[in-house]
Amino acid sequence: MNGTAMSVISPANSVYRARKRANAVMLTVSSLALAFGLFWLLWIVVTLLYEGGSALARIGLYTQMTPPPGADGGLANAIAGSLLLVGLGTLIGTPIGILAGTYLAEYGRRGWLASGTRFLNDVLLSAPSIVMGLFVYSVYVAQVGHFSGYAGSIALSFLVIPVVVRTTDDMLKLVPGSLREAAVALGCPTWRMIMSVTYRAARTGILTGVLLAVARISGETAPLLFTSLNNQFWSLNMNAPMSNLPVVIFQFAMSPYADWHRLAWGGASLITLAVLALNIVARIIFSKKD
Amino acid sequence: MDSAFEWLTRTFAFLVFGLLAAILVSLVLGSTQTLEKYGFTFLWTSDWDPVQEKFGALVPIYGTLITSFIAMLIGVPVSFGIALFLTELSPAWLKRPLGTAVELLAAIPSIIYGMWGLFIFVPLFQTYVQPLMIKLLGDVPVVGALVQGPPLGIGMMTAGLILSIMVIPFIAAVMRDVFELVPPMLKESAYGLGASTWEVVWKVVLPYTKIGVVGGIMLGLGRALGETMAVTFVIGNAHRLAVSLMAPGNSIASALANEFTEAVGDLYFSALIELGLILFLITTIVLGLSKLLLMRLARQEGRQA
Repeated sequence: MNGTAMSVISPANSVYRARKRANAVMLTVSSLALAFGLFWLLWIVVTLLYEGGSALARIGLYTQMTPPPGADGGLANAIAGSLLLVGLGTLIGTPIGILAGTYLAEYGRRGWLASGTRFLNDVLLSAPSIVMGLFVYSVYVAQVGHFSGYAGSIALSFLVIPVVVRTTDDMLKLVPGSLREAAVALGCPTWRMIMSVTYRAARTGILTGVLLAVARISGETAPLLFTSLNNQFWSLNMNAPMSNLPVVIFQFAMSPYADWHRLAWGGASLITLAVLALNIVARIIFSKKD
Repeated sequence: MDSAFEWLTRTFAFLVFGLLAAILVSLVLGSTQTLEKYGFTFLWTSDWDPVQEKFGALVPIYGTLITSFIAMLIGVPVSFGIALFLTELSPAWLKRPLGTAVELLAAIPSIIYGMWGLFIFVPLFQTYVQPLMIKLLGDVPVVGALVQGPPLGIGMMTAGLILSIMVIPFIAAVMRDVFELVPPMLKESAYGLGASTWEVVWKVVLPYTKIGVVGGIMLGLGRALGETMAVTFVIGNAHRLAVSLMAPGNSIASALANEFTEAVGDLYFSALIELGLILFLITTIVLGLSKLLLMRLARQEGRQA
């Protein structure tokens, strides 16, 4: 190495030092950014456990009905309602999503319908959920004339569909073409090939998508406000307004009553724990695959 | 049987394809009354008086845009930092757990953010941060106008802050994914020439993934614009146009959440549904652009590979 090259990279060179400093500063800032992001996650989870922990441990939370202000009570009707709404929403949305996703990945690889649907589906994936509520309100609630659990489930299913379409499409596309060719070469019709070869190969991926969709709708509040509304009493009638955790949390948290706040914290911790658990289970199932 | 199955899947694909249009049509039909009565003036009128049946969307539109803008102002640089850390700095064994933790932040339901914001963040913000901001910035020209008024805790600034926490994981995840698309050879050549990590990111990775990064930002923006519950808890729900970011305001989504079930009168309903229509149009355009940009990056990637 000659003298000039030495001076360019020598620690005494001011440009070199400035570059090194800029690098150190920016990398520190980047680490701080990560710490900033994780800080909120930690803070929220700790708050929920702290505020909702005692409520969660109380048996009454799961057996008593939502109370009027000042009385003792639990969230039993809201928990049951949420389970029903999420369950039916998933049942409606999953088959539609899987079949539409199958078309995208298996039949319409190049057609206009597939690329158009893929594009619009990705827009729907992040579309405001409150608009889904408005939509179901106008086409269903306003027509039958009353709020109902069915309307809530339909609104939730519109949130399930894009997630399932997306994951089904992605997962089926990962299935190697040689598997399909092998099945067809054995004389398998296309639908048999999809049913017993590609679905089987993509099974865990699709399941992960469904679990993530369930996690997403379990905490959704906005689409339920105008569809399922709320119900103070125990009711399993899907054709009537139905109590559900998110709307109860909203109503109780916005109220001025301390005991309602405590129940809202209990419900909030319950939902968060369930959603985080679903997400982690989905990831474990998916990572087991490879 | 074979064609029946294909037909079945195509029907459902078409159903998904038509859903967006169906939503649009139903919202337009639902808001016919105000569309006819006010036309475009609805967009820049600030009256919102259900009693006298006078409606204008300026206040909620303004609130939606301002809160989303604050969210982007904070969320974009932080997401960039997180993505940089996850792709360039993090040791391999930490990448997965850290990435998962950031994704979990995205999984927390928005109502939890709202409730946490109202009960935990707002009191702290009101007692410690806002008085300090008023003291430090209150007398500065221009900026001072943004921090006028009593420290209420709730308001557009708080809503923007909570929103920024919510959009960080979405933007960070997209940025991380597009950063990983950069061919290692490009980065290695820059490192080989003696570039520092920061220079590689700023001068090689970022220019290469520019379109994707913008796509990710637009995705976050789309989320922020349409976010309902987190904002509803902390924005204050006041139909008033205020310059100060500490003043309570309203956003489209929270106006809907608060007023829709209590609305009486066809015109009131129609006005609220038109708000939903405006929100839907804005977010669809933003999300559509985001998707187009990300697709362009993917295509360019395909050509070079």
